[in-house]
Amino acid sequence: MRKTLDNRAWFLVLPVFALVAFNAIIPLMTVVNYSVQDVFDATHRSFVGADWYRAMLRSSRLQNALGRQFLFSALVLLIELPLGVGIALVMPKKGGWATSLTMVLVALPLLIPWNVIGTIWVVFLRPDIGLLGHFIDHTLGIHFDYPTVPSQAWISVVLMEAWHWTPLVALLAYAGLRAIPDAYYQAARIDGASGWAVFRYIELPKMRGVLTIAVLLRFMDSFLIYTEPFVLTGGGPGDSTTFLSIYLVKLAIGEFDVGSAGAFSIIYFLIVLALSYVFYQALQRVGTGEAK
Amino acid sequence: MARIEFQGVGHSYEPSPAAPEDYALQPSDLHWDDGGAYALLGPSGSGKTTLLNVISGLVRPSKGRILFDGSDVTGLSTAQRNIAQVFQFPVIYDTMTVFDNLAFPLRNRGVREPEVQTRVGKVAELLELTDDLKRRASGLAADAKQKISLGRGLVRSDVAAILFDEPLTVIDPHLKWLLRLKLKQIHQEFKLTLIYVTHDQAEALTFADRVVVLSEGRAVQVGSPTDLFERPAHTFVGHFIGSPGMNLLPCELDGDGVRIDGFSIPVAPARLERARGASGELILGIRPEFVRCQAHASADSLAAEVTAVEDLGNYKIATARLGRHLVKAKLKASASIAPGPGWLVFPPKWTLLYAGGSVLE
Repeated sequence: MRKTLDNRAWFLVLPVFALVAFNAIIPLMTVVNYSVQDVFDATHRSFVGADWYRAMLRSSRLQNALGRQFLFSALVLLIELPLGVGIALVMPKKGGWATSLTMVLVALPLLIPWNVIGTIWVVFLRPDIGLLGHFIDHTLGIHFDYPTVPSQAWISVVLMEAWHWTPLVALLAYAGLRAIPDAYYQAARIDGASGWAVFRYIELPKMRGVLTIAVLLRFMDSFLIYTEPFVLTGGGPGDSTTFLSIYLVKLAIGEFDVGSAGAFSIIYFLIVLALSYVFYQALQRVGTGEAK
Repeated sequence: MARIEFQGVGHSYEPSPAAPEDYALQPSDLHWDDGGAYALLGPSGSGKTTLLNVISGLVRPSKGRILFDGSDVTGLSTAQRNIAQVFQFPVIYDTMTVFDNLAFPLRNRGVREPEVQTRVGKVAELLELTDDLKRRASGLAADAKQKISLGRGLVRSDVAAILFDEPLTVIDPHLKWLLRLKLKQIHQEFKLTLIYVTHDQAEALTFADRVVVLSEGRAVQVGSPTDLFERPAHTFVGHFIGSPGMNLLPCELDGDGVRIDGFSIPVAPARLERARGASGELILGIRPEFVRCQAHASADSLAAEVTAVEDLGNYKIATARLGRHLVKAKLKASASIAPGPGWLVFPPKWTLLYAGGSVLE
């Protein structure tokens, strides 16, 4: 069949283009716009090219925040993935009220608004009235004051994050486990496989799809985390729990340095995009031995 | 290899079965001889898979004892029973190569690596998988995957029996035939006890030396394919096996024969004798293959009306109305018969009587 060339066809794509422009391109271009200009006030601005980008990339505050961010995301993935899979493995397998109850209990942290999570942990960790804070400070006898001790602030933030998001990994892994046909377990019993072999050669490979999603979601979310640590520590003590987004907000709203913040946003966006792509590609290869 | 024996084995998925209909598998005595090729044949829900899982130990029966070569294995796990099982859908370990898949049951049992190599090599050759040994098992076609499942059973030299749960469901028709041939070859070579579950009678009758026909959790007949065809022990077997199934006509005793809607049909004296003492509804059964349907009257022929003749290429099926009942006859392709008046002959040799579902012999 011969293809008909008719440039009027482009008009048919116009509504989609307009929609994408308003929900993605225009807001993003505003940021790009700020990032290449020096804005003095509403009427005075000058084009500065890539100056803000150069400045931001050299900024030690940004580099430190980026380092903290990587450490945080790595810790989060290392804790939440094994823990989530572990929880999924011990959750009841048969349907019924026990399964439903477990699911609700496990999913509970996911249903709480993020700033409320921060508030819950602020209270939970107070040495005077908080259950955990009081337990550590009085029962264990360890002086606990996370707002002033950086290591305790870190442990608190990571703990809160794991409490909040491990349930997501657990539910995804549980869904993956439930999708494995019984015949696989029966065949493994017939083949005399140990519990570890069943996990290693049946359950883990069959969960690859959902765990890929879990890694991507947890990486992106933890890399973009803002609300909970902001409520819990406000980025402190000092800058010790100032992650990228907290730093960005300080820069853009606290210091009103929109040029730097614009350049920062674009860099931030590109890092997340690039890393997600790398994770996705890597996980596609795991288990299949070759790229699809 | 082993002789498998059921002593009053029954299974129910209910926690406390009371009525017979609670049982997926009715308590019964059955046995499978060492080295036999058996088929378990029955419609969906007849208890085939339950029976298979009870043998393999995946399901522990609610009642009775299972013996392998005379020793009680009822409480033993699947691995301890040395059973291999091939499932309806191919089960392979996705991340392993074909070699590792075949070696898996051996390595789990702590077999030393040189022996693993030789045994896997042998089985791969037998199943024509040698070229694929280094490939990842997940990339193979369904028939190759099913061969791997089978191979995982064959590598174990001490396996008591290999069980098949409708293993050819997902295989292309032309490959089905090849795989079935392969199974027969393996059976002849190793003299293994094979038990094969299927709802496809052609598959059961070509594969097995002996067929166990199941209906509603009960083994209604155990016999050779010829037995099932010529002497169905139960009306269910007559109806289920054969295409079309056996003609089953309610009848009553009448002198030296039986009577159907006023037509007298002669029956062998021995069967008639049994029928006099039997209780339950009396039914006459005859295979369409043995009913003669002709265009003219002869001795012992009954006047009927041929309502339809289907020409199926290598044979014809005539449907005739005898009184209020329809009788099917399977005729040669060359038979000249047309709808209209016709005459039926019921040869006494092939005219069976059933009382309460069971054959009178």
